Amino acid sequence: MTQKKILIADDEPNIVVSLEYLLQREGYAVSIARDGQQALDAIAREAPDLVLLDVMMPIKSGFEVCASVRGDAALAHTRILMLSAKGRDTDLAKGMALGADDYMTKPFATRELVARVAEMLAKDRP
Amino acid sequence: MTAMLPAPLVIGTSLAYLLLLVGVAYWADRRAAARRSVIARPWVYALSMAVYCTAWTYFGSVERAATGGMWFLPIYLGPTLAMVLGWTVLRKMIRIAKTHRITSIADFIASRYGKSQLLATLVTLVAVVGIVPYIALQLKAVSSGYALLTSGSAVAPAHLHWSQDSAFYVAIALAGFAIVFGARHLDTTERHEGMVAAIAFESLVKLAAFLCVGVFVVYGLFGGLGDIFSQARARPELADLLHAEQGGAYSWARWMGLMVLALCAALVLPRQFQVMVVENVHEDHVRRASWMFPLYLLLINLFVLPIALGGLLYFSGGEHNPEHFVLSLPMAAGQNALALFVFIGGLSAATGMVIVETVAVSTMVSNELALPLLLRLRLLGTAHQPRDFTRSLLMIRRAAIVGVLLLGYLYFQLAGDAYALASIGLISFAAVAQFAPVLLGGMYWRGGTRAGALAGLIMGFGVWVYTLMLPSIAKSGWLDVGFLTAGPWGVAWLRPESLWGLQGLDSLTHSLFWSLLINCAAYVIVSLWRAPSGREASQALLFVDVFRRGTAQTPVFWRGRADAAELKRLCERFLGVEKTRELWRSYAKEAGLIADQALVPDARLVQFVEAQLTGAVGSASARVLVASVSDEEALSQGDVLVMLEEASQLRSYSRALETKSRSLEQATSELRSANEQLKSLDRLKDDFMSSVTHELRTPLTSIRALAEILQGDAEVPPQQRQRFVDIIVQETERLTRLVNQVLDMAKIESGHIDWRLADIDVRALLEKAMATTAALLSDRGAEMELDVPQTLPLLHADPDRLLQVLLNLISNAAKFVPPQGGHVQLRARADGQGLTVCVQDNGPGVPAGHEHLIFDRFHQAGGPTPGGQGTGLGLPISHHIVAHFGGRLWLEPPAPGAPPGACFCFWLPWQPAFSGDTAP
Repeated sequence: MTQKKILIADDEPNIVVSLEYLLQREGYAVSIARDGQQALDAIAREAPDLVLLDVMMPIKSGFEVCASVRGDAALAHTRILMLSAKGRDTDLAKGMALGADDYMTKPFATRELVARVAEMLAKDRP
Repeated sequence: MTAMLPAPLVIGTSLAYLLLLVGVAYWADRRAAARRSVIARPWVYALSMAVYCTAWTYFGSVERAATGGMWFLPIYLGPTLAMVLGWTVLRKMIRIAKTHRITSIADFIASRYGKSQLLATLVTLVAVVGIVPYIALQLKAVSSGYALLTSGSAVAPAHLHWSQDSAFYVAIALAGFAIVFGARHLDTTERHEGMVAAIAFESLVKLAAFLCVGVFVVYGLFGGLGDIFSQARARPELADLLHAEQGGAYSWARWMGLMVLALCAALVLPRQFQVMVVENVHEDHVRRASWMFPLYLLLINLFVLPIALGGLLYFSGGEHNPEHFVLSLPMAAGQNALALFVFIGGLSAATGMVIVETVAVSTMVSNELALPLLLRLRLLGTAHQPRDFTRSLLMIRRAAIVGVLLLGYLYFQLAGDAYALASIGLISFAAVAQFAPVLLGGMYWRGGTRAGALAGLIMGFGVWVYTLMLPSIAKSGWLDVGFLTAGPWGVAWLRPESLWGLQGLDSLTHSLFWSLLINCAAYVIVSLWRAPSGREASQALLFVDVFRRGTAQTPVFWRGRADAAELKRLCERFLGVEKTRELWRSYAKEAGLIADQALVPDARLVQFVEAQLTGAVGSASARVLVASVSDEEALSQGDVLVMLEEASQLRSYSRALETKSRSLEQATSELRSANEQLKSLDRLKDDFMSSVTHELRTPLTSIRALAEILQGDAEVPPQQRQRFVDIIVQETERLTRLVNQVLDMAKIESGHIDWRLADIDVRALLEKAMATTAALLSDRGAEMELDVPQTLPLLHADPDRLLQVLLNLISNAAKFVPPQGGHVQLRARADGQGLTVCVQDNGPGVPAGHEHLIFDRFHQAGGPTPGGQGTGLGLPISHHIVAHFGGRLWLEPPAPGAPPGACFCFWLPWQPAFSGDTAP
């Protein structure tokens, strides 16, 4: 089985640190983007299997990245898990409407996150 | 022997002149139809008033001057005074007349006293009786002038047969011209633009002619005014004429009497009413005319006395009648052309008077005498014969004109030669003067009633008949003179010319005195005796208060039921189908209804119809007509007062309603803006909440994640473990800072903070700030410099909060200085009012456009730096702290050409100047 590639897109370095360790421990290949534009470039360049996408990022927000990815035919199949400290129903609905496959609010339980990621990677995305 | 003029020349010139007048009238009517009215100018209005000067001015006043000196003057002083002092009375008359569509003086008086048919009839009869002598005078003047010109002698053979009497032909000719001017068609406004234009023109002509003959006499026959007067003074009998007091005892009474008479006449003569009130185009013209008309009178009277004296001097033989001086003097000097011109002038004056007077009187006769009679006798059929009407009315008017002129001729035949022309005119004045008390009382006294007016008018007129008319007829030989000298049935104190023993006055003043006195007394007493009816009371209010009420506010004094279709048919009969349709449409539009079928026959519609009909047939007839198609309730005086009270209450209610609704509108808009404010504050609060939530959750995320990793995974390499623990601690600190700052912000904004004021040594505080941040700066490889004067006054503020501000600014500076070369300068300066402290760094500076953003909450510039992340709340909190003490915190704009860097400064007053709601 090929190693799955996961892209972490978040501007908070300490969160990146924790996520990186977590995912690497699970055996995934991890790459990092620190703002929305970097995220888009990384998705285009590396075609990760899943993107952990923070919403509040400089240059382009997670929503914008999600919309761009879904709008791009070549990248539209990428799995996106949105992470945000904004937990209002409206934000969740907005994220899902823009095409995120799942949405988790921060702070999250690490166990939960890992489980969701595995679940998503197991499913095929049409 | 004086020269003569051939009769055809005189007749031809006269006819030509009259046709010229007709041409002027026609032109003016055409212009009026094209809506470019010629007469809508104040000077035309003033000239039209000069119809007051008739052939009497030419012949009568000269005769008066020749026999009595200045005694011709009061006749002209009266109107002068009336215009100069009383033009407001005229203006009120005009306003009333226009408001109520009044078309004659009979209509005015009748309308005022409850639209009384009886009063209208009475006034019309008095007017006819009053003007007949005056018309006779004009006929006499023209015919004797004609005789003088053509035969050299003015004395006409007595009692000519009418077919040989030039006066008869003059009468017929004038009747024809009067019909042409004033009875060609019916106009519901009774305005005759052509006639007014012609009158104005002829006023100019008669003035010109009189001035010409005056100039001729004074400068042609004599050597100027001085010459005439000195020659006159040389003759004893003429010298008397130059004194102002004449006529012995009671002369002042005679003077006053004549002036009062002329003053009244100027207002109430039918011809004056017609040109001044009915034909008035604009109320504002009255003011101008109030000095123009007296000026005209002055000019035309300028040469009267000189001509009289000149004639007496020139014809010292005395066989020449002073009446005809204006003609005989030029003829004697061979100036036939001038004589003809003067004759035309006299003819012009006579024509003007006759035309206007007969047109006015014919309107009264047709509206107030003939029409009601015909209605009563149902000679005009029922509602099913619409078209005969206007033609019948027109026929009646024309017949009235001819009739009045023939009556004038008759009077001329019967009584013309007994009295000099002058007296005839004054008798006529005295008759119509009886209208004055009733008219003026009606305009200014609400208490005048119909019964009072009838009483006054009848009594006054009766006295006039007895004291002036009968004697004049007697003196012409038609009545036994006995009752003049000895009184009727021998009762001495009932003698017509000295009632109750009042001796010494001339008959005119005597008559005037008694008739006006009894008139006024009867009017007042009878008015007070019985209360007025509802209609009288309402009309009284409408007339007297005409300046106080606008038409929109007038209450409608009518109660009853009416049928709209009947009212419409009534209008069509008298105004024509076209006009009625127009009126109905405009009424519906004003009432806001679309179809005129939907018009409700309420009191207002009835009043509207009545007002329109008044213009056509007079108020009394209109009243009768409307009453015939509706079912009315008779209103009493009490009812009227109640209606008035209701109307004024309604007015005050609607005013109160208006102010209430305006204040309601204001309150609504205030509430709306307050709501908007609350909503935006709410939104801000929401934004704040979500920002705070986000900021708190972010460090919590790393803390939780890393802690869970450490908790669940025993195999984390020690290096990683250490790193994770460090991060946890850092983020906890960050979270703590954030929570503290958010709480601070909340406390400051809600005003719940405890401020502890103390006197601060500024230098010490700054040094303390430096010490606290020393480690932070050295970590960044930056150095700090302090630039503070040795002595500074004590600053009264909260030292801890101020330290917080300094630490915030310094740590911001430390965040942005370039690594290993950063320089932060702390500078303090004092001025009279307070302290300025600046923190200057040599970092990149604030990007252009972000100067305002940096003071926003949670705004973090430049991205996070390791080892201490900003919360974005530092500057806003510092800003609030400084503002609380009445100071300012700002970003100093970079000086052009200076090295990059940001300079944050704050200024604080030595003593805090708290703003209203943040004082401790």
